[in-house]
Amino acid sequence: MSLDISATEYLSLVREGGLSVEEFVAKTLERIAKVEDRLHAFITIDSQKSAERARAIDKKIKAGERTGVLAGMPVSVKDNICSTGMRTTCASKMLEGFVPPYDATVVSRLKAEDAIILGKVNLDEFAMGSTTEFSCFGPSRNPWNTDYVPGGSSGGSGVSVSALECMASLGSDTGGSVRSPASFCSVVGLKPTYGLVSRYGLVSYSNSIEQVGPVARRVEDIALLMNVIAGHDPHDDTTAKRKPDDYVQDLDAGIKGKRIGLVKQMAGEGLEKEVSSATEAALARLQDLGAECVTVSLDAIEHSVAAYYTIASAEASSNLARYDNLRYGFDFGNEGYEFKAYVSKVRGNFGPEVTRRMLLGAFVLSAGYYGKYYLKAQQVRAMIKSQIDDAFKTVDLLVSPTMPILPYKIGEKIDDPLKLYLLDINTITANLAGIPAISVPFAISSAGLPIGMQLLANSFEEKALLQAAFSLQQSTRLPGVPI
Amino acid sequence: MTKIGLEIHCQLTRLESKLFCPCKADYRNLPPNTNICPVCAGLPGSLPILNKKAVEKAAMISLALDCKVPDKISFFRKNYFYPDLPKNFQITQYNAYGPTSIGSDGAVQIEGKEIRIRRIQLEEDPGRLVYEGSSEKTQITLVDYNRAGTPLVEIVTEPDFENPRQVRIFLNVLADLVENLGVSDPYLEGAMRVDGNISVGSGNRVEIKNVGSFRDIEKALHFEITRQQSLVERNIEVAAETRHWDEARKITVSARSKEEEQDYRYLPEADIPVISITGGQIEKLRTQMPESIMAKRERYVKKYGIPAQVAEVLSSDKFYSDLFEKSHSAGNAKAIANIITTDLMGFADTREKKMELKVTPRHIADLADAIVGNKLTRNSGKAALYEMIKTGRPLAEVVSSLDLGNLSDASSLEKIIDEVFKEEEKAVAEARQNPSTINYLVGKVMRKTKGKADPAITLEILKKRLS
Repeated sequence: MSLDISATEYLSLVREGGLSVEEFVAKTLERIAKVEDRLHAFITIDSQKSAERARAIDKKIKAGERTGVLAGMPVSVKDNICSTGMRTTCASKMLEGFVPPYDATVVSRLKAEDAIILGKVNLDEFAMGSTTEFSCFGPSRNPWNTDYVPGGSSGGSGVSVSALECMASLGSDTGGSVRSPASFCSVVGLKPTYGLVSRYGLVSYSNSIEQVGPVARRVEDIALLMNVIAGHDPHDDTTAKRKPDDYVQDLDAGIKGKRIGLVKQMAGEGLEKEVSSATEAALARLQDLGAECVTVSLDAIEHSVAAYYTIASAEASSNLARYDNLRYGFDFGNEGYEFKAYVSKVRGNFGPEVTRRMLLGAFVLSAGYYGKYYLKAQQVRAMIKSQIDDAFKTVDLLVSPTMPILPYKIGEKIDDPLKLYLLDINTITANLAGIPAISVPFAISSAGLPIGMQLLANSFEEKALLQAAFSLQQSTRLPGVPI
Repeated sequence: MTKIGLEIHCQLTRLESKLFCPCKADYRNLPPNTNICPVCAGLPGSLPILNKKAVEKAAMISLALDCKVPDKISFFRKNYFYPDLPKNFQITQYNAYGPTSIGSDGAVQIEGKEIRIRRIQLEEDPGRLVYEGSSEKTQITLVDYNRAGTPLVEIVTEPDFENPRQVRIFLNVLADLVENLGVSDPYLEGAMRVDGNISVGSGNRVEIKNVGSFRDIEKALHFEITRQQSLVERNIEVAAETRHWDEARKITVSARSKEEEQDYRYLPEADIPVISITGGQIEKLRTQMPESIMAKRERYVKKYGIPAQVAEVLSSDKFYSDLFEKSHSAGNAKAIANIITTDLMGFADTREKKMELKVTPRHIADLADAIVGNKLTRNSGKAALYEMIKTGRPLAEVVSSLDLGNLSDASSLEKIIDEVFKEEEKAVAEARQNPSTINYLVGKVMRKTKGKADPAITLEILKKRLS
């Protein structure tokens, strides 16, 4: 019994009684125990409850009872998504002791379909970062080479899925946080259309642009998860009322006759050589598969990094204001403090990247600067959206490398925030425009490091996006994870 | 010249649930921190779900105050750190980047003066701080979040008031208006709170906060006028500042100057999509709105011939005008208006007393019919009313048990008048000389009959006997 099995295959084996969930979950937990000290994907592991749930599902299947569509599927969840009774830390000292009394909608939907949540996985503090180095619990490591970063901020999701510590994971994507680790860890990661998946229970960082997104080893598993988590939620007013598509059906429809545009501004000078040649190969492949490839220019992207960090920081400064350790948080006596002194004392426990963004955000929102920064950033966002809208009048999909460079070493760039911010250039466009984007494993570099390709579609066109991603996946053969 | 502007916070107490979650809007009399959920407690990951009914009620207030209601409304976050704010920001509305609050540019007429309404915004109430003793001397501050998220409208006026008296009249009109609309119970503790700003002459503007009641805002404004004028007389500049009303000492006290430097870093609330309000929805709301106090007043005068002053008093009070609506007919409307405004309102002038009244529309209708049909005198009617209020017994029962029926048969009255003539020889002689003193004799008859004598018939007999 191999752990490297697609969820789709696994679930049908389980349903037919040909595979014991209990055994599979036990084996997965063994795997976690074996590799965790080298990878550090998890913040919390719930071995006991997972084993219990696995047994219960086996029993249900044996008794011929109805089970959910994800029955027995072991998954991990990013630790900024609330789970009842399981602490949700956001990898921050500030929420070290926070145990939510409620489930995020995406978590309750997974549970309702009998998925097994093995535990909560690592991230950059409050999802701010692109390397998972800014976790208060220490960095996660790339399974393809443990000296390297796994990408971020959903690094734990990427690592746990890539290293066979679970079958799939839920991450969150504010500026590329699902796609960056997917690309760096050679797994699939989808950032859905803003409003397609509920954010209720996702701890807000930049609430106008972020979405919960699935990470898996196979595109078909992403489709399966989307069938469960997509759709209107009465607890989230920003979710769309429309009925989501069936993403599994016709997944193999192919891309014959589709027009796919390479985004010029995402494939220019900044690309590392091996990423650049992989991109050329990807275009050739798409053409072989029957698509027509063209080049599309979206010059507003030039301002996207500045606009993104302005908007995201502004919203972060407000969203993170509630962490004053008055109602929940971490162990810290408040005896003898005056309110303001107490608040500034406890808020000193945020890490450096979060602090940087909150300060930047407070500044751009302060009186007299709103128009100069925040409004201007919103104008750039509108410009990007309108250029994207125009582009989709002539093409069906857009394509680019997910990350402009290969994974880099832990510690290599952490002291240069600006350089790190600029590496988000290819992923943030989808967030600012609200459109869906997926990262698909495409190649392994000469040094054995993964390279992912990004496909983007118009709003709510996840079905077409997944069909294209599936085509690309089916035509690609990659080695297994070395660890 | 004195210029006063107001900011009135009015809770939408008639709503079932809070502004962004299903917790009860009525937070009163509950154990601390039991009326909360992940949303109003601001737990990580929770999201606000806008109560659409609150938008409708706030729109009704806007329409009733002649405000413009925009096609699209949106919400903003007002960021500041305070222990009663679970998220450390308040979800409110903000018009600095275009009118997106539920109402703006309205006006109210009070005694011929126009008070302009700058804007009306829908927002959430914070929690409540509970001190040990006074807020200045407390060693412990406790927080109760039961109130957090309660729907509130903030009504901001232009500085159009010239004196505290106008302020009082306006506040009474406003309280009656929201009560009549069925959106708020303004007399519930904390349901309507007022902050003021005031400047004297060309002096700086001073904000007054922390005022507990309508009566106190009038006192606080009087105090401020005197304080500011005496500064001006001594050539001392009035500081632009926020002052708190000290209820115990009846003075305003300078608040810490830091409050002045507050920068709220307003930010659009992306968790609540922009809400479109169509012309059709506005029209529908208008038809759902109860008749306005002014319209009611006019109807009372025109349709029933009720005197303007009585109509004004009656229409302004929702409780009593409702009672009037339920009890009157074309024939007794005027009598009922009189009974309510002269007798009943005297008995029960506070909310608590109104709640204790056992009187029903039926009681009032029967009473008015008896008076109109000369079966009861006004005086006996008052006695009967008093009894009905306390016991809730039907009129007929009250009249017979208290022996209040009208004495209108001539022979019984003749007998009583005989007695009076014997006892009051001097007065009778005087009345023969000077008919204007006849009322003295009428009074004597009334006293002897305990008010039951029909005054018209009594007068008639007296006149006949004296001539």
